[in-house]
Amino acid sequence: MAVTDAPRIVTARIGHEDSYTLERSLATGGYEGLRKALTMTPEAVAAEVDTASLLGRGGAGFPAGRKWSMLRKDPVTYLVVNGDESEPATFKDHLLIERDPHQLIEGVLIAAYALQVSQVFIYLRGEFALGLERVQQALNDAYAYGAVGSDVFGSGFSIDVVVHPGAGAYICGEETALLESLEGKRGFPRIKPPYFPASIGLYGQPTVVNNVETMSNLPWIVLHGGAAFAALGGGRSTGTRLFALSGHVQRPGTYEVEMVKTTFRDMIYDPALGGGVRRGRDVKAIIPGGVSAPWFGPDRLDLPLGQDEVGEAGSMLGSGAITVMDTATCMVRAAWRITKFFARESCGQCTPCREGSGWLERVLCRIELGGGREEDLDLLLDVSDNISPGLEWPPQQTTICVLGPSIPSSIHSGIEMFRDEFLLHVKEGGCPFA
Amino acid sequence: VTHLRPDVRARAEELVALYPERRSAMIPVCHLAQEQDGWLRPEAMEEIAELLGVTPAEVRGTATFYDMLHTEPVGTYVVSICTNIACLLGGALELLEHAEDRLGVRAGSTTADGALTLEEAECLAGCDQVPCVQVNHRYMGGHTPESFDRLVDELRAGTLADTVPPHGTLVRVRRSVGLAADRAEVARERAAMAEQQAARASAGQKDGH
Repeated sequence: MAVTDAPRIVTARIGHEDSYTLERSLATGGYEGLRKALTMTPEAVAAEVDTASLLGRGGAGFPAGRKWSMLRKDPVTYLVVNGDESEPATFKDHLLIERDPHQLIEGVLIAAYALQVSQVFIYLRGEFALGLERVQQALNDAYAYGAVGSDVFGSGFSIDVVVHPGAGAYICGEETALLESLEGKRGFPRIKPPYFPASIGLYGQPTVVNNVETMSNLPWIVLHGGAAFAALGGGRSTGTRLFALSGHVQRPGTYEVEMVKTTFRDMIYDPALGGGVRRGRDVKAIIPGGVSAPWFGPDRLDLPLGQDEVGEAGSMLGSGAITVMDTATCMVRAAWRITKFFARESCGQCTPCREGSGWLERVLCRIELGGGREEDLDLLLDVSDNISPGLEWPPQQTTICVLGPSIPSSIHSGIEMFRDEFLLHVKEGGCPFA
Repeated sequence: VTHLRPDVRARAEELVALYPERRSAMIPVCHLAQEQDGWLRPEAMEEIAELLGVTPAEVRGTATFYDMLHTEPVGTYVVSICTNIACLLGGALELLEHAEDRLGVRAGSTTADGALTLEEAECLAGCDQVPCVQVNHRYMGGHTPESFDRLVDELRAGTLADTVPPHGTLVRVRRSVGLAADRAEVARERAAMAEQQAARASAGQKDGH
């Protein structure tokens, strides 16, 4: 069996030109999952999701069923959907939002029913202008169809869903920052504890925050059962997952594959997936889960795409973004650009992150542009260590949120794997790749 | 303060009514003000403050946190070129340099005729077509220097006006349905539904016997 034979759970519809319309959705089984869910008790629906062992698809990989079970009982509870996809090189929710908004809405309604929340907000990053229009149109159509609003499909269940645009801030993908933003404030992550919005969330009320892809899996799980989902994948990583493949591959794009049964090598070289490295070159390094993740060398290509498998190897599957860098890539430049991103996007609340990211960016810049010193390598590691003591994985934290400890990943990986290349920049007084 | 046009003001009030707390409408209403003026004018921020029950400083303080909310004028078209990792690997820095030369402005500034603002963007989640370019947050695909020049010509000639509205217009599809559900009503429905379910469950048990 080829790795591309796995069932398509979240991308079944997107091959159709009009995949985003209600007509196409209904012609291909749309809202059947919701209809079935409404014949079950909310507890039974939640139990299916628990059985599926669905891990959150946003980045942290927290089990959705467990997150749901922590929702504090209260007359007013909220479900907030995190569609603020901003981790660099991640573009899989983008696809689900634009190409199958009804699947997202159906998943959201199933979750709202299972959780018995009183209101849903779908927070989409502001740069998704088309996505915002597609989801709003789909929602209008779903209301008219009777799938949202009062007395859904005559079941007695009522729910309101509001689409909320962001306005350009990476940090709002962090769930407590997202809630602050949704409350109309700057996107400052909240101090923990409380660790989970399930106890204190939006407006201080119990809130579940789930990712777009997590929600998009729910119609299939309800229709086919949690056990069928759990039978796919391996270990703790059940089901399929949508990966965003970018960088120096022949066929960058989004690919849904079965978890654990697929390796990084499959993803990069399979003719139906990445199709190999551009210009017949070799892999120099891969970033396995978004730029917050430590890098892997080509020796890790046969590692399965599973949460624990990648975690034990010292990195993370993170946001489902895989970026491939070929042998012609300057690793100093790559680390510099990633660090510049963190410096720009640090919210500024915590000193190690706010100051550290800027210092690191400037030191990397001078190495790349030829003004670097040999001792800069130690300086980079020292500043990184002040943000995340010990430079371990999973990282230690000196900041309110995980943006801080994400900053050292590319720098630590870069220096550990490509020390000679950093030193060559210093010796030659500039970038040897320029 | 009456700065927002009556129709814009009415839409702003509809947005406010969607949320349990007025302030939540901050970002959506700021987008609306940008739709009217192209950017967030101080008068607009004052009116938004009134509408949301906060101070103008709170509106400005919030708006300045977000890249898409502009408290200074921008061009009719904001051209964003992503240079983050996936785009960097696809020649984004070279494209940005070309764009600066072609437009005669540095990233972050607006052309003298007020037509275009050039931005060096962070990841726009369009990493399979690189370097990723957005105009007023509409995806324009990946670009070479040559195709970028054609894009600029088209923007200046107005041939893309249908696909790319002037800066500030984010969402052209409006919510067609009414306001948020009445919470008390929802609670009553929930209770009735739970009773029905309990009744069904006990009926099912009886059938079992």
